[in-house]
Amino acid sequence: MTKQFTDPTLCSSDITPESSYLNRRQFMKSAVAGSSALLAAQPLVSKASDFVGVDTFMSAEESGWALQAPDVLTPFTDVSGYNNFYEFGMDKSDPARYASAMTLDPWSIRISSDGGETADIQFEDLLRAMDLQERIYRLRCVEAWSMVIPWNGFPLAELLRWLNPEGSYRFVQFRTRYTRSEMRGTRSFSSVIDWPYQEALRMDEAMNALSFIAVGLYGKSLPAQNGAPLRLVVPWKYGFKSIKSIASIHFTNRQPQTSWQSIAPHEYGFYANVNPEVDHPRWSQRYERRLPSSLFSPNRIPTRIFNGYGEYVADLYKDLDLRQYY
Amino acid sequence: MGLKRRLGAGRWAIHVAGLLSFIWLAAAAIQNQLGPDPIKQLALLTGDRGFQFLLFSLAISPLARMVSAPLLIQWRRPAGLWAFYFLCLHLLVFAQGYIGWSWALLVEELIERPYISVGALAWLMLVPLALTSTRLARRKLGRRWGVLHRLVFVVAALGCVHLLWQVRADWINAGLYTLICVLIVGSRYRNASWFLKAN
Ligand code: HEM
Repeated sequence: MTKQFTDPTLCSSDITPESSYLNRRQFMKSAVAGSSALLAAQPLVSKASDFVGVDTFMSAEESGWALQAPDVLTPFTDVSGYNNFYEFGMDKSDPARYASAMTLDPWSIRISSDGGETADIQFEDLLRAMDLQERIYRLRCVEAWSMVIPWNGFPLAELLRWLNPEGSYRFVQFRTRYTRSEMRGTRSFSSVIDWPYQEALRMDEAMNALSFIAVGLYGKSLPAQNGAPLRLVVPWKYGFKSIKSIASIHFTNRQPQTSWQSIAPHEYGFYANVNPEVDHPRWSQRYERRLPSSLFSPNRIPTRIFNGYGEYVADLYKDLDLRQYY
Repeated sequence: MGLKRRLGAGRWAIHVAGLLSFIWLAAAAIQNQLGPDPIKQLALLTGDRGFQFLLFSLAISPLARMVSAPLLIQWRRPAGLWAFYFLCLHLLVFAQGYIGWSWALLVEELIERPYISVGALAWLMLVPLALTSTRLARRKLGRRWGVLHRLVFVVAALGCVHLLWQVRADWINAGLYTLICVLIVGSRYRNASWFLKAN
């Protein structure tokens, strides 16, 4: 089963949902690919299927990450209307209101490593090299609410393999785009975040089958407020690990500081694995409100260790005291 | 002069403001206009409205002195009562949406999250103030009434701590409430006003 990859500003009832920048990229696929130092090592096999790879994707059933009972999909309006993206303001509705100020096209990603390699990769080139699939994941925010979201994208492992850095590294670090003029939240004098926003994964976490790079949701290209044009999705960790609007990727051997960790190290650890037994000083992590919730039926459900993905990721941490390394 | 004498009746305006504020909140909640997480939204809205009425009630007596309109003092009681009312709703929302009416979770929250225990202490202190807000209680308590009702300053201070403890990435909200508290309490010091006049 294949679906059209359509524009987030158009609803399915629109007759010609073909005008998104992603589709433009599909058109450009036949054009010559710009290559960079890191890209050069990549065998960019061009098969016939590559030409449709952008606007079609493997369904969640085929990819093996379908909706798991009793989860229910969170409606698109909630997924795209209720966001934490402090670059655009503190209120949950601010990102939907202000993130459109971010220039998405062109989008280049700076790739670098401790070894001194650097390269700038165009998002379009990256997208052209990836096969898209759909995955339905639970997203658990550290603020004790959660959603169920059908993402479109590709495994992070595929991307890292494609980037193919020289040498081996223990960590991969990500930074969000930081453009003061386009991000009103970063101009707030009362914010204590040291921009740009940073996140990182251990290499084995990054290569885990669950780690995903999303370029779309609900079969549409990512709305800006959800982290367009590409964002990380690591569903067994609190939402703040799933960094949005990635502008740079760095391979390193030293464990990087993450943004929340540097703001409040006793509240936010490097790992940030969903864990009902490790409490946060602001929110009990034992329960979550599965959104949409309502006053009279709050939809409060118990939180599961690793957000219910333990069978895929628990092994990563078998030698780790999760209370100490939260 | 006539206006100042009629100011007392203005306390009804406070009741209207409180009532409208509540109707707006209830309507928004019932019509599902508070977004996908209305519980959180209601916790924030009721906390804000309660604290705002509390600050307003605190500001009244310095204001009355400033504009020499003693009848303004009559506004204090409705403002304080609406503060208590919204903070009761705040607590109800917390019980319903955050801990699902579980005593065990309440105890856990009180022990593990100091911002909750501070908020709860503040709310508890408001209870005797609300109960003794009647004219009868005031007459019976005599001078002790004034002493008891000074607790409201402690409530305001704890309210500020409640907010400051919630600060994560941005301190503007907690900062503004605290600043306003400090300004109101500061304005009560005659020395300060004397100092300002002397300049
Ligand atoms: C009865 C005990 C209290 C409890 C259990 C309580 C609990 C809470 C909770 C859970 C939140 C929302 C946290 C979040 O999800 O972000 C909150 C916010 C708030 N509370 Fe309380 N609270 C209490 C008493 C008070 C009192 C006495 C005041 C005022 C004097 C107050 C003022 C506020 C305000 C203004 C906010 C909103 C903060 C914001 O806008 O970020 N609370 N409280």
